[in-house]
Order: sequence, then structure tokens, then C-alpha cells
Amino acid sequence: MQITINGRPVEAKPGQTIHQAAKAAGIYIPTLCYHEKVGAAGKCRVCVVEIEGMPALQTACSVEPREGMKIKTRTDRVLAAQKLVVDLLLSTGTHDCLACDQNGHCELQDVAYYLGMERGSFKYADVESVKDDSSEFVSVERSKCISCGRCVAACNNTVTNRVLDFKYRGHKAEIVFDDDKPMGESSCVQCGECAQICPVGALTDKLSKGKARRWDTEKVYSVCPYCGVGCKLELHVDRKKNEIVRITGAEGAPTNNGMLCVKGRYGYDFVGHPDRLTTPLIKENGKFREASWDEAITLVAGKLAEIKQKHGADALMGLCSAKVTNEENYTFQKFFRTAIGTNNIDHCARL
Amino acid sequence: MAGLAASFGSGAMTNDIAGLDKSDVALIIGSDTSECHPVLAARLKKAAVDGKVKIIVIDPKRIKMADFATIYACQRPGTDVAVLNGMMHLIIKNGWEDKKFIEERTEGYEALKEEVAKYTPEYVEKVSGVPAKTLEQIAELFGRAETAALYYAMGITQHTTGVDNVRSTANLQMLCGNMGKVGGGVNPLRGQSNVQGACDMGGLPNVFPAYQKIGDAAVQEKFEKFWGVKLSDKVGMTMTVAFDKAYNGEMKAFYIMGENPMVSDPDLHHAEEALKKLEFLVVQDIFLTETAQLAHVVLPATSPAEKEGTFSNTERRVQLLFKAVNAPGQAKHDWEIHQLIANKMGLNWNYTKAEEIFDEMRKCTPSYAGLTYKRLGFAGMHWPCPNEEHPGTPVLHIGKFTRGLGLFAAIPFKEPAEMPDKEYPLYFTTGRVLQQYHTGTMTRKTPGLNNLAGPHVMLSVEDAEAICVKNGDKVKVSTRRGSIVTGAFITKRCPKGTVFMPFHFAEAAANKLTINALDPIAKIPEYKVCACKIEKG
Repeated sequence: MQITINGRPVEAKPGQTIHQAAKAAGIYIPTLCYHEKVGAAGKCRVCVVEIEGMPALQTACSVEPREGMKIKTRTDRVLAAQKLVVDLLLSTGTHDCLACDQNGHCELQDVAYYLGMERGSFKYADVESVKDDSSEFVSVERSKCISCGRCVAACNNTVTNRVLDFKYRGHKAEIVFDDDKPMGESSCVQCGECAQICPVGALTDKLSKGKARRWDTEKVYSVCPYCGVGCKLELHVDRKKNEIVRITGAEGAPTNNGMLCVKGRYGYDFVGHPDRLTTPLIKENGKFREASWDEAITLVAGKLAEIKQKHGADALMGLCSAKVTNEENYTFQKFFRTAIGTNNIDHCARL
Repeated sequence: MAGLAASFGSGAMTNDIAGLDKSDVALIIGSDTSECHPVLAARLKKAAVDGKVKIIVIDPKRIKMADFATIYACQRPGTDVAVLNGMMHLIIKNGWEDKKFIEERTEGYEALKEEVAKYTPEYVEKVSGVPAKTLEQIAELFGRAETAALYYAMGITQHTTGVDNVRSTANLQMLCGNMGKVGGGVNPLRGQSNVQGACDMGGLPNVFPAYQKIGDAAVQEKFEKFWGVKLSDKVGMTMTVAFDKAYNGEMKAFYIMGENPMVSDPDLHHAEEALKKLEFLVVQDIFLTETAQLAHVVLPATSPAEKEGTFSNTERRVQLLFKAVNAPGQAKHDWEIHQLIANKMGLNWNYTKAEEIFDEMRKCTPSYAGLTYKRLGFAGMHWPCPNEEHPGTPVLHIGKFTRGLGLFAAIPFKEPAEMPDKEYPLYFTTGRVLQQYHTGTMTRKTPGLNNLAGPHVMLSVEDAEAICVKNGDKVKVSTRRGSIVTGAFITKRCPKGTVFMPFHFAEAAANKLTINALDPIAKIPEYKVCACKIEKG
């Protein structure tokens, strides 16, 4: 169907909301509570638009367009309403961007910037930072929470862990774990879905704290090295330090659609661990010593050839790996079958 | 995998992850899904909460998935065949089997029917502990479902009757006509990121890439021509057999890449002795693992974050990995190391990047023939994909099984190799916990994960009370192989008489206690059942 947004004709599909139709047409309407994965919540009111013929402002995230609808996203009335909402949010929380890990990835920051606002104008006496650092991997800072409800929806309806919920209503509303336990003592399995979907700095990845600003990192796609589900990962890399500083799940990936488990999201310390092997080792008199590749390869090739000649190819065995790539398993079995001449190849699939 | 290959002609998970909310019923047997495959479990839980799929859980532990299940049944460890035969007994008795499917798509039905006739609910209750009434409810919910899926993991396979168990799951799904359709299937959940790919690439003693059989004259000729060398047509040794032969001194050299059998092998004393007897042991890994410490030469390799290549997941989806960081020190890609050794031994390999290997591989691997890095793109693709126009195959066996007709097998119930007795009165079983992975080489480098899950033994409230231990107290768990002292985790999820221990921890290695009894066909060890006793430690 045909609608117009800010005087521009836009094609909308049945079932789409005004926000989705606008986004598809490249028109920005700010949202804080809406996320495509958890759907419309109609809570934050920053997506309000003016629709010709309707007296009140409407939320673009929940209203479906009708044929010929005329929508305006930047009238004085709309901007005034959006500014009031954002002003209240900025005034009632500890939104100190300079110290916040979400800086550069914060949707509240983006909306404030879009509206030309620097900080809240209301003065509240009781705004102080309230942190819950009891969980191993997720930091909770309730004074930054804007009660958008994304994390609650994601925990209950996406990863279905049913740990997060709201307590109280209105100004006092806040997110709780189980029946208001510290996060680390709750039944939370720390999958981190809430931190991935949080639009502000209320739920953040602890391991990434102070590691690198979002604009200093590059996202590289990979696949989780753990179980067989094959969740698609986004590795956030700080090139200057040659370090992975964060992992997120790839939204829209057919295997995991952004979801990860505690290992996949936070179990990456092994990559840059100081115990990593960095040079070939050769054992002499019961102790390892460092060796060059040349020396190690010559020794391995020589010994394998010698044993093959002395005892036959079938006295050698190769164990390939469920943790290396297809390409490397291919070259390994090819090596055993062609260079050694045996089919003694197996791996730990049974274990 | 041997079990499914015998029934269907192909040993992989038959259906895809995206289709899992298209089932009416999902039976989870022998898979602690939310601990071992958490993201797939999230999708199943959501489907259950949304009212799309009714879940049945059959497991000796009351796993978390049971909280989302319509019916939960607790069977004694090692009695899966009896329970599955019992379900089939009731399905046939009540006429819920898919007669058209059986007639058109399968063979061997009469033998199955005859075998399961003995498995009355009363008999099954006696053997497995599953109440007759519960079995009847399960059979009805499953048997009357339009489409039902079956999920299993190592709880089905790591038994001396592993192949029997797998074939029973295949029997059930053919009986109900749940094969070859979206939302159905027999779905073994693979435990490691690229275990499917390692098998697909011919990392097995009896097959070349894509399961082309060793010893088949046409296959041998094809690969001899393709690789340009004479090849052995003798089926090789499985790892478990090779360890025995190393112990006896018949095997002389092992080359181990990225595996740590010194923690994952059954009967670790035996494994250690075997490796120590080798004339030459090469280990290629990213850490100096327990296994690497025994090596003569250790070669430093790259981690998945440092390389380009592909993994094939449990649903046969081939996905790309890209290089994120540089490898530490002089570590090299595994394929580079293979090339260096191969060339030193007189071959002439000239690979310069992973994609060149992939392109060579797909020329001799029919199920991957149509896949290219370009086509894999963001989402990856499912094999089989025979040519570059083919869209890939999310669901196997539509219209026809790989082997033609699906083959039913009459599977009699057999007890596990070692049953509880007077001296060792409890069942001992092993598995994983959410926060750790396999032998811990990778996950145990993250302190937070260790804080969440360290070594422990899971006990029922009754068994803990009987020896007067409280949560966190030390418990000594002993089997005929050895003893371990570790902290008790007392939970209602464990039934009376069953003791569970995760196997990730080298310092409390559960596999020091497990039995080195193998399935006669698949050679998989019986990690899931042996007899133990517990004392206050």
C-alpha cells in the first residue's frame, strides 16, 4: 500500500508497522523499547509521529499504516514530545557517557543527539549510581536503566530462561532477577542475551569493561568453537592490541539469531591466553626445549618415515579433531592416506 | 553414527534447526539439551512455551528441559532400548503406526513387530523403572502426533548398546512416519563444533571424504587418481582399538591434532600407559594439554579465531570462519603444518590458503561439490549440495532414504556391561555442564566460568542423606577402576541410586572411574553407565 512520510511516497507492506515501513525506506524514527527480535512494546514513546486526521500522536512501533496515510516524523509537536521523553530519561538516570561502556553504541545517546540535547534539564535529588556486580559476566547498573523492557522480553520470550522481570510500576519500576536477588545469586545462566539487547549502559558485558570503544573495534564473523549447534559469532577485535574484546551473537543468523550461551559469549580468554603454545617443542631427557620449525618438521617427518619403514604404515595412527576446520581435517586425512599410507585415522567423536 | 547409517544409509542429523518449531511433539531422550546445546534448547523451550511443540523428556536426571515438558519419565541408566521398544509396542497395539509409510518406505517391519511384542508396559516398568501409566501416556502423545521429532545426544550413544539405542530411535521414527518431513526426523545433537565436519572430511578409519568406503574398488581408484598415489584399501583402526594396540606395543606412533584423550578417554590409566609406550608421539595443539605433555614433539597451532575455513554444524550447515586476530608467536595453521611435513616426506603440496583446500576437497566430496565460499556467505548452506545450482538440503530422506528403503531392526534389550551390585550399589554416569566444554582446555582459561562450575559430583537427596553429607561436603566416589574425592552437589534433579559427574576436570577426571567397555560396532565407550559406591570423603 502507498503511504506518505514527510511528504515522500513510501510503499508499506501489510503487517508492517509505520516504524518498519519507514526504516525500509531509510527514514529514521527513534525507538528505545522496540527491537525487531522482541517486537513492539509501546512503552518508551520516543517513536511518536503525527498522522493526518488523528488528534493524538501515535507510536510508530505499534501502529500499522493504512492506505493513503499521511505521516510526519519531525513536526514541532513530535519533536517536543520526543524531547520531553528523552529529557525525563536523561534527568532520572546516571547517564554519564564519558565513563559508560556503552558509549558509541547507546541508543539513548543516539536519540539525544538526534534531538540536539546534551543533558537532562530536570533536577532529581535521588539519582545515584546503583550497581550490581555480583554476576560473573554481566554488570547491572539500574540507574542507567530506562525500563524499556527489552531484556525482560528477551529473557522470557527469546532465550526462555524466565529470570528477568519488572518490580513496581512508574518511576519506581526496575528490573529484577528471580524474586529480586542479586544477579549472581539468581537462577540466571548468564547467556548475555540481555546485555546484547540492552539499548543503554544498564546491562553490559563485564569482560569488555574498559577494553575498547566500539568505534575502535572491528567486527569479524566466526563460528562458536564449542558445541555442535554452530552459533554464528561476531568477534569484536581491537586491531591495535590484536585482541578480542567482546563477542556478540550474529542477529539474523539461521542457527542462533543472535543468541549465545555463557561459553560462546564469554569463554574467549583462551585465545589470547599466556599459556598458548608459541613455538615447537622437542622433548630431551624428559624435558621440553624450544625448537625451530625447521628442526621440528625434520624430526617429525624423519621419525614418521623411519617407523613406517621399520614397522609398516599401519603401526602409525592419526587423531584428527572436531575442533579444527574442514580444510584441516581434509589435509590431515590426506596426509595419513597419501604420505603415510594407512587408514588409521579417527577422532574423538565418540568421547 | 553407525546405527543411523544402517537404518537410513546416512549417519547425520536428518533435520534442520529452523524446522524444530514445526513439530507437534519433540521427544528428548539422552540429551541434557539446555546444558550441552543451550541455544538449540532455547529454541525448543520457546516453541514449548508458545504452545507450538509438546515436549517429552526421558532421562535418568530430571534435566531442566523437563521443566518445559508435557511428560517427563526417569528411566534407569542403560534401559533406553526397553523404553523405546515399549513405546513401539503400545503404538502398534493401538494402531497409531503410519501404515502407508511402513509399506512404501521401509523393510524389515515384521521382525520389529515380533520383537517389540514382548515389551508390555509392565515388563518395561520392571526393567526401566518407567511407570506403565507414564509409558502409555508417552506412547499416546508421541504416537498420535501428526509430526514428531526425536532428539538425542551422548546419553543414547555412549553405551555398550549405543548402536542398538540409535537403531531403536530410527525404528520409532520410521514406525510413526516421521522421517523425511519438516519438523520430524532423528536428530543426534553433535557435541563439538566441527565433529560433523571431521567425519564428513573422512576423519574416520573406514571412509574417505563424504563417507565413500575404504576398500570399494571404484572409490579406491577414484582417490588414487585424484591424489596421484597408491592408497591402502585396508580399513584402519578406531582410536579406542589403537589405544589397546599401543598398550600392547603393536602401535608405534601417534600423531594427535587438537584432541586431549588424556582427559576424554575411557579408563585414563590405560590411556596414559598406552601413550607412554609409543616410540613416537606428536601432538599439535594450542596448549600444552595433558596429552601434549606426554609427547616427543609438540607443534603449536592456531585457534579458530585466528583462521579462515569452515565448520559443519550438527544440522549439516557448512559455515565460514574468518580470521579475527593474529596467532601468537610462531604458531601455524594446522593445514600449514600438515603441508610442511608432507613436503618433507617427499610430496608436493602447494596450498596457499584455506579456500584452495576447500575447492580441492569439494571435487572429491560429492555432498560438498556445490558449495563455494561465495555461496556459503552469511548463512552457510546444508549438505548434501551436489552442484552449484543446488540450494542445499535442510531435511534428509524426503521421498526416499539414502539407502533406498529404511531398514527396521529387531533390537532386544541388553543390560549395561557393569550393573550395580552389593559392593558398588549405585549407578555412575557422566556428562557435561553448561559452563565448561569437553576436557576444559579452552573454557578453563576463563576464570568466570571456573567460578561458575568446578569439579563436583551430583547426588540425590536420599543418597546424600544415607552417607550423611551436605552440599559442598567432600565425597569419595569409587568404582572398580579407581576413586575420586570431590565436592557434593545435592539436587532433586538426581534420582535415588544414580550419581552424576561432569568429565571436564583433569584433577577430578570422571574418566578415571568409567569403564572401558565398548559398543561392539561403533567402538564407543560406555561413559553413561557403570557401578559405583560413595563414602563421606
